[in-house]
Amino acid sequence: MAELNWLSIQEAHSQLTSRQISSVELTQACLDRIEAVEDRVQSFLTLTPETALAQAEAADRMLAAGEGGPLTGVPVQIKDVMCTEGVPTTCASRMLENFVPVYNATAVERLLGQGAVMLGKGNMDEFAMGSSCENSAFHPTMNPWDLERVPGGSSGGAAASVASGEAIYALGSDTGGSVRQPAALCGVVGLKPTYGLVSRYGLIAFASSLDQIGPVGRTVMDCALALNAIAGHDPRDATSVHQEPKDYAASLGQDIKGLRLGVPEEYFVDGMEPGSRKAVDEAILALEGLGASVRPVSLPTTRYALACYYIIAPSECSANLARYDGVKYGYSYQDTNDMWEALEKTREYGFGPEVTRRVMLGTYALSSGYYDAYYLKAQQARTLIRQDFDRVFQDVDALVTPTSPVTAFKIGEKSGDPVQMYLIDVCTLPVNISGLPGLSVPCGFSDGLPVGLQLIGPQFSEETLLRTAHAYESATGWSRARPKL
Amino acid sequence: MPLERSQVEHIASLARIGLTDEEVQMFGEQLSQILEQFEVLKELNTTGVTPTGHAGGLQTVMREDLAEDSLESEDVLKNAPRREGEFFRVNSVLEE
Repeated sequence: MAELNWLSIQEAHSQLTSRQISSVELTQACLDRIEAVEDRVQSFLTLTPETALAQAEAADRMLAAGEGGPLTGVPVQIKDVMCTEGVPTTCASRMLENFVPVYNATAVERLLGQGAVMLGKGNMDEFAMGSSCENSAFHPTMNPWDLERVPGGSSGGAAASVASGEAIYALGSDTGGSVRQPAALCGVVGLKPTYGLVSRYGLIAFASSLDQIGPVGRTVMDCALALNAIAGHDPRDATSVHQEPKDYAASLGQDIKGLRLGVPEEYFVDGMEPGSRKAVDEAILALEGLGASVRPVSLPTTRYALACYYIIAPSECSANLARYDGVKYGYSYQDTNDMWEALEKTREYGFGPEVTRRVMLGTYALSSGYYDAYYLKAQQARTLIRQDFDRVFQDVDALVTPTSPVTAFKIGEKSGDPVQMYLIDVCTLPVNISGLPGLSVPCGFSDGLPVGLQLIGPQFSEETLLRTAHAYESATGWSRARPKL
Repeated sequence: MPLERSQVEHIASLARIGLTDEEVQMFGEQLSQILEQFEVLKELNTTGVTPTGHAGGLQTVMREDLAEDSLESEDVLKNAPRREGEFFRVNSVLEE
């Protein structure tokens, strides 16, 4: 019964359906692991062990009746940006410290509908704004590969919980790289689906034209299985697309002979960490060895993506976060009878510095006299960035890039310098700007720290990305490495 | 061009966020550094380029005009910082 917490979804499902193990045993193994390492990793904001065991018992009854699917009885961590009925959902913010949703996010509802077991809520940068998990109002999360380093962000809890064996898989959200970058820094797999593939209903909004929920797993197959459960049209999200349901796991195992891969030189930025560069270069050779054809391509507008993103995302954020007024829910300053003072104090005390910074940045970019120079200009840049991708996808099936120009950095190393922190997202945010799917898969180590390889494809090309990543993963085995904790 | 204190205070008032003096100073410096990063956009020729608001393929999505149940009022009020009966309680909006 050793180390059930390290099973993949696929392995767990097979042992659950053959009744070799029960969901209660599997869940208890995860809870034991949490007990053993959580004080060092701190990937959770809320733990729900009692409900988890009750859900596990219910899953065992489903399995005994021959019901359920691949996720039935398998423990998951949910990023604290997704609403969970009756379970606190804080967005790692003082503003929502006491907020208890009265409904579930659609993605959560779909997992629970399959009989998933929720272990608790994952730590994150406040309101998903950040790249290191240091912006959580409650506590940082540590990288399981080196506890003095960040796990990445904003879904740092998701990646750290999966990498440390606390959870079998996790759901995160990705607005500019927030699933893929922490997955890369923690040595696990993270998928950001095409915009609109997964419902955003119940996902607390940061930047609505960029936000997308995505899975984090220890294997590519696990991400495919989780995507199967959460993808699909939802009438409660007007940006949710009508797509024929697909089995994203079906094409895994097929080869990638003849697949056309492009390597955009612009993603290998000046100052890229040399060990990461080497790992990514070797991964590209390995993909070639598996039968893919690799060619250099150019995406010249990449140099504008950072500015474009850091105008658009804060602008949308400033509008979305206007709802935190201390009236309907959330923190409310009450030591005054003056409406404006109450509003300003509510937001001053409720928001942390990064959230305030972005709300102010967005407010400025949208304000009278600056709109054309910033917001409109960024939206036009967005068109050109998308057109660049459209052009290269006429010649290649997918792009291969680093996920992050650096490996996990020390806690506190970059937290005082917003511009340095923003630069870390340079390889991931063009994908959100363009609504594309992107996936990060482990491709080795640099000085003992994980490196991630990013695959980017045209809209709705998740099958290609998953198949390619799976072929690479099977040939190299990086996903089997585990941190010593 | 660095933001002036008065500009930072103006932005904060538009965003309805109270700031301490030190924060006005800190955000002024940081926002100025970030705005400097945006200068690169000036070299991009965007004449005649249609702006993109979102990258999804959908345009205005309509639904049937059918009556549906919404949340129960008790649920809606559950997280209210202050309530009075069936209402959210707020400070006086109209001045005396």
